[in-house]
Amino acid sequence: MTQQFYVSPEQLMKDRADFARKGIARGRSVVVISCEDGIALVAENPSPSLHKIGEIYDKIAFAAVGKYNEFESLRQAGVRYADVRGYSYDREDVTARGLASVYAQSLGAVFTAEQKPFEVELAVAEVGPNQELDHLYRLTFDGSIADENGFIVMGGQAEKVSSAIAEGWRASLRFRDAIRLAMRGLITDTEAAKAKALPVQAVEVAVLDRTSESFRGSRRAFRRLNEADITALLSEED
Amino acid sequence: MQESTANQVAANATSSFSEHLQRDRPDLLPYARPLPAGSGPATPLQVPHATTIVAMSYGGGVLMAGDRRATMGNMIASRHIEKVFPADQYSVLGIAGTAGIAIDLTRLFQVELEHYEKIEGTLLSLDGKANRLGAMIRGNLPMAMQGLAVIPLFAGFDTTAGVGRLFSYDVTGGRYEEREHHTVGSGSVFARGALKKLWRPGLSEAEAVSVAVESLYDAADDDSATGGPDPVRQLWPVVYTVNRAGARRVPETELAAVAGNIIEARSSARREA
Repeated sequence: MTQQFYVSPEQLMKDRADFARKGIARGRSVVVISCEDGIALVAENPSPSLHKIGEIYDKIAFAAVGKYNEFESLRQAGVRYADVRGYSYDREDVTARGLASVYAQSLGAVFTAEQKPFEVELAVAEVGPNQELDHLYRLTFDGSIADENGFIVMGGQAEKVSSAIAEGWRASLRFRDAIRLAMRGLITDTEAAKAKALPVQAVEVAVLDRTSESFRGSRRAFRRLNEADITALLSEED
Repeated sequence: MQESTANQVAANATSSFSEHLQRDRPDLLPYARPLPAGSGPATPLQVPHATTIVAMSYGGGVLMAGDRRATMGNMIASRHIEKVFPADQYSVLGIAGTAGIAIDLTRLFQVELEHYEKIEGTLLSLDGKANRLGAMIRGNLPMAMQGLAVIPLFAGFDTTAGVGRLFSYDVTGGRYEEREHHTVGSGSVFARGALKKLWRPGLSEAEAVSVAVESLYDAADDDSATGGPDPVRQLWPVVYTVNRAGARRVPETELAAVAGNIIEARSSARREA
């Protein structure tokens, strides 16, 4: 019988964390920005059908970086959790905090108990009636959860992108400015490009509309913007 | 080994909310509790029943309307109940039968459609929606056998074909596509008679609203379980229209004017019926 080498728990956790970090660093970045009109979610994603951003519930959206199969299963689990909760209690009882804590527990359990940790980083965003009531949660591969203010940047070049966003972020941004800022910020991601912002085809954009009830007559605040919508929004004059 | 894992993943991948509940939380389904056989009371259970729903096509879409009464035996259980609901952006459903189960079933159906849309990133086809509703009604069959039946009427705009379509159901979940117009519920016979005279092809939306309200008026005239327009309490039928732009609830003020016109026309005619 072969004897297993002893590995200290510290080393084991560090190895797992390094493994997950490496996986996440390979991916492209995602930016989530809270602004006056609501919350804008922008991802660098050339695929028009494999989404990194998704709707969870009336006021709640999800954004992820990392391995597609892993975050997609987490997204679907989130939709199920939210729909079951909203169906058995009431729609207003579904909160981003509850969802984020479920995500944190599942990520934590996978990190310690499974063969390999999930190579993903998630953001859960909830739009409120005013900006103080917006919630942005960042969840990392080991189940850590952080309540962020203003914006979240995740993915490969998160630090570079984050400093670019931090420079331009103000609470009074409109959707147009927030999406512009994100597209400009994400450019630091791809070294080859020398343009001022990413082309419209290379990004996936969705918004959580703060005023969806009064203006669109829909309690569902999530709206995915297609290429034409983004072009129209960005070309709007002040 | 690998193959069985793949099979398991495929078997667990469902975009249906009701399937998910059936698997994980069957206690939450409105129809998952067949009453024990033989333990039912000799007389049918006294529970609120929702009554008449009318639906018709018009130029550019479909319309559905329901009165506001629920009855329990010979009593009025509610004067305010709403029996026509938006199912999603492009479809509406109306329900007749046991109100408690019907309202829960409607909620389940609404979540079912939204759930599919969120998981798949696209809307279910209109036929797909109609079939899911049929499956739910079939799920309720054991309860229906014991007197707690729910009969829906489903209408939606088929965005691929560009037309409004109507579906009726029987208690076993059988789904039938209807042309022109259809009615369900206790006053449906009278409403249908009225529709046969009032409906014609290519009605405008405003005309269709008026026809719907008038047919419900006729149903309420002869069926005690259907409520007519109530100017004292300012209660009007619930009317939804569905067209290319989506489902829209006709506002109260509009309905008040339409109902007012009908009442006025009927009272000035000074005739028995």
